[in-house]
Amino acid sequence: MSRAALLVLADGRLPAGGHAHSGGAEAAVKAGRITGARSLEDFCRGRLHTTGAVSAALAGAAALGVDPVALDEAADARTPSAALRTAARKLGRQLLRAARVAWPSPELDALAARFPKGAHQPVVLGTAARAAGLDAEDAAHCTAYENVSGPATAVVRLLSLDPFEATAVLARLAPDMDTVARQAAEAARRAWDEGTDTLPAASAPLLEVGAEGHAGWDVRLFAS
Amino acid sequence: MHLDHTHDEAAAVSADAHRPDGTRRALRIGLGGPVGSGKTATVAALCRLLRDEMSLAVVTNDIYTREDAEFLLREAVLPPERITAVETGACPHTAIRDDISANLEAVEDLEDEVGPLDLVLVESGGDNLTATFSRGLVDAQIFVIDVAGGDDIPRKGGPGVTTADLLVVNKTDLAPYVGSDLARMAADAKAQRAELPVVFQSLRSEEHVSAVARWVREQHAAWAGAAAK
Ligand SMILES: Nc1nc2c(ncn2[C@@H]2O[C@H](COP(=O)(O)OP(=O)(O)OP(=O)(O)O)[C@@H](O)[C@H]2O)c(=O)[nH]1
Ligand SMILES: [Mg+2]
Repeated sequence: MSRAALLVLADGRLPAGGHAHSGGAEAAVKAGRITGARSLEDFCRGRLHTTGAVSAALAGAAALGVDPVALDEAADARTPSAALRTAARKLGRQLLRAARVAWPSPELDALAARFPKGAHQPVVLGTAARAAGLDAEDAAHCTAYENVSGPATAVVRLLSLDPFEATAVLARLAPDMDTVARQAAEAARRAWDEGTDTLPAASAPLLEVGAEGHAGWDVRLFAS
Repeated sequence: MHLDHTHDEAAAVSADAHRPDGTRRALRIGLGGPVGSGKTATVAALCRLLRDEMSLAVVTNDIYTREDAEFLLREAVLPPERITAVETGACPHTAIRDDISANLEAVEDLEDEVGPLDLVLVESGGDNLTATFSRGLVDAQIFVIDVAGGDDIPRKGGPGVTTADLLVVNKTDLAPYVGSDLARMAADAKAQRAELPVVFQSLRSEEHVSAVARWVREQHAAWAGAAAK
């Protein structure tokens, strides 16, 4: 594996649309659930161990070469909120555009042909990782990191939170990210052997509910 | 999609002049500039003037609302299916320069759904003087400032004022009320831009948007001419 390729894929500056999404943080800020660094950390930890774990496993499985169509269905089944399914496909489509230029590959082309309006983002991320010569655990790491760095960056903008504090939150979550990524890679291997039904299905109902409400707001800074 | 793309054609995914089916895509013109300078008003005026001679669509980039798209819809400058709003996550310049993926998707979806199109206008959210469009997103860009934002803006320069393919100084009707010196603005703009064109306009006047529309027609003729070769 190329460690540098992993850095390129995980870079927040990758032009793949993430900057316009808050990962549920905008709804949580409005509801008073995130008010500063401590509650941001709680929010991120909860997100990481629920939707983060699911996304990381999906990405890991895609990186192993599990059928992306089956994985996309598995992602749909694990995302009750229609607004979140739409956001995940939008982000998947944007990531696919970036990945096809960065790591041209027949598998990415086939994914684009099969899902012209986008597949779930973790499925695309895993396929992109594969094209970049990365493995399941790399893809899971990348997804786990994105899962919490997105909300942290958004909260810097939403609450004018001290950016050093936000970075410290991410640093404190690093051991959790490692654990989630390792478990996700195991789950991905199991999905390869036994099928996608074995993938984790942890969920965070408040994120789903918040996303549905957020999608109906007239005034908002982030798309989700 | 580009199933047969090779390494050199990688840019095909964004800036290529052709669509996946091989036909030439629409000319894409970006409109950027500070908040409230008259971007949406200029887009609306252009649509009214050009919609009978070419097939048009508009992408708006609102920062935290859908106001610009809704204004264009309310004014009925184009049928609703020809207007798309992109959400930019508090960073309008990111969506037109550093990460153009959402805007590219909006443009391509418009071409798929209401095309063939001759021209797509992409309006940026109001931003600062350094906000410019990526060449991967638009073929040409218009930077719109206004006389009421301070007559020293052309002198201050910055990438928008200096490098835009067309600089529009809008709201000239307000110059007497805000004490802006139009001659000085013109001289400063000339100094910053050398041969690049500058248009002074008032959307409250008889001439209205006609000079900008003329420039857009020229851009389109050049684009269509390049296709014929
Ligand atoms: N007097 C005068 N007012 C104008 C002119 N052009 C636009 N306006 C007014 O200026 C205000 C702002 O115009 P918009 O077109 O919404 O400006 P914008 O650049 O799209 O603004 P944002 O998208 O919010 O950055 C509106 O009230 C327009 O009616 C002009 O030439 N003269
Ligand atoms: Mg506007």
